Amino acid sequence: MIKFENVTKAYPDGTVAVDGLNLEAPTGKLTILVGPSGCGKTTSLRMINRLIEPTSGTIYLDDQPTSGMDAALLRRRIGYVIQHAGLFPHRTIVDNVATMPVLLGESRQKARMKALELIERVGLPASFAKRYPWQLSGGQQQRVGVARALASDPAFMLMDEPFSAVDPVVRSQLQDEFLRLQREIGKTIIMVTHDIDEALKLGDQVAVMRVGGKLAQMASPSELLTSPADEFVADFVGRDRGYRSLGFTTAAGTVTVHEEAVVQLGASAAEAQAKSAGAWVLVIDGNRKPLGWAQPELVTGEVRREHLNLSGTSASSTGTMRQLLDAALSSPSRRGVVVNEYSELVGTVTASDVVKAIEAEPHLETAR
Amino acid sequence: MNFEWLGRQFDNIVFLLGWHVLLAVIPLVLGLLIALPLGWLAHRNRRIYPVLVGVAGLLYTVPSLALFVLLPLVLGTKILDPLNIVAALTIYTVALLVRVVADALDSVPEDTVQAAKAMGYRGYQSLLKVELPVGVPVISAGLRVAAVSNVSLVSVAALLGIPQLGSLFTQGFQLRFFTPIIAGIVLCVVLAMILDGLIILLNRWLTPWTPKVVAS
Repeated sequence: MIKFENVTKAYPDGTVAVDGLNLEAPTGKLTILVGPSGCGKTTSLRMINRLIEPTSGTIYLDDQPTSGMDAALLRRRIGYVIQHAGLFPHRTIVDNVATMPVLLGESRQKARMKALELIERVGLPASFAKRYPWQLSGGQQQRVGVARALASDPAFMLMDEPFSAVDPVVRSQLQDEFLRLQREIGKTIIMVTHDIDEALKLGDQVAVMRVGGKLAQMASPSELLTSPADEFVADFVGRDRGYRSLGFTTAAGTVTVHEEAVVQLGASAAEAQAKSAGAWVLVIDGNRKPLGWAQPELVTGEVRREHLNLSGTSASSTGTMRQLLDAALSSPSRRGVVVNEYSELVGTVTASDVVKAIEAEPHLETAR
Repeated sequence: MNFEWLGRQFDNIVFLLGWHVLLAVIPLVLGLLIALPLGWLAHRNRRIYPVLVGVAGLLYTVPSLALFVLLPLVLGTKILDPLNIVAALTIYTVALLVRVVADALDSVPEDTVQAAKAMGYRGYQSLLKVELPVGVPVISAGLRVAAVSNVSLVSVAALLGIPQLGSLFTQGFQLRFFTPIIAGIVLCVVLAMILDGLIILLNRWLTPWTPKVVAS
């Protein structure tokens, strides 16, 4: 657990970066500090490992006040990930990752073995171990940054905008992998971001801060969306919060899934014509995996790949309301494709089915 | 070019070359050792930086001959003592390298320094294990300039009668005889090139991590 008790950071010129912050990051959970620039989120983060010293107040690490500790020893207990990874350019990837264990007195050989394991764990090939940071892309460097922070197996981790310097596709990939990793390792993490979507996606709890370094609201992501504490939080959380909050509601069992007539790739035009209910028919492969929608009247001969419309997304049968609704809305037939965990077709849903299920719920319940 | 003279003088020329190497290289090493802490100070303290760099620049403008003559008064050495040359060239090397070391430390990416601190490196550990190693390419670039500059400055000491390759110049002038002058110039250039090459090799050995330039 990391706890802020009345923590204030004021500079000699009178600016107050953080103002009387009280906050608790529970053990094994990911707590996110989010807010506009100038809200003191990064300052708050850096006060934890004393890269910045608080003016007043106390920060506790598992009930021990950090103020009395040796700063270097304190930092060695906490993993730290920053925006541009901040790798050591003069060390190979494996030696970068081994930094903290070596600093803590482990033998270089043992530290390297552990580092190799971690490099693979964050999704990089072991052959990268001997490379230098400049030989890696931004996203790969960021993975190394995460591995380096994990190398000494610290109980705590601080992450300062860890995914914001990479392009959106890589970012979302890194986020997904990081969530999976965190589910396995269960570290006590505080992460700073300015991106509310990232906060809502990753956080077990989210602390929204406002300019002047005050805490505006601390809540779970779905609670932030459904009951923002004030106008500032509501504004910051954004416009489509109603739609986005559907992302925290699981659909399992509450939405009617209809059977869908299908044809396999390679079926004749006549079969497609006969099976189709309306203008579109769903095409699957030999493993019942949905491939796309075809219009039988445009098919000549047999159904081939170039006949397929690929605009529809598919939703998992255990997915969220948001995924189901999106599947229905993006499908050319207006019937959203639902698949099971093996990507096999289960059936289809319509937008009105999903909306009916949403309306049937008294208030949005959280998916977590 | 009188090759017969060169043959006769061979031993003497090797002797002069040896002195030249010593008088150029010892101040280079001493100067670097002194410039490291001074440069670090200038890097750490933004108010000291302009002072140190300014004074260093000023020192470099003092004519070398003046310094060779003045130093015995300050150090209490004899005017013909080679120590004067070593001291003077050390001063020039420091003057060149203080700024180089400060800039080398400044060149280390902020993220890298911050990461080192956040990983729990203490100040001196970060300096020795992260900042200086990362600054090596900048430092060795400055060292190359200082090495070549030293090789040429040493020859001025010939006017004081201290033996080194510059002595060939004075000898040639006095005898109106060009062979020693040409030999001196050639050896000075070759020596400068060799020192330069050694520093390049040392830099390459210390920085296997820098991006290789790919010819496209």
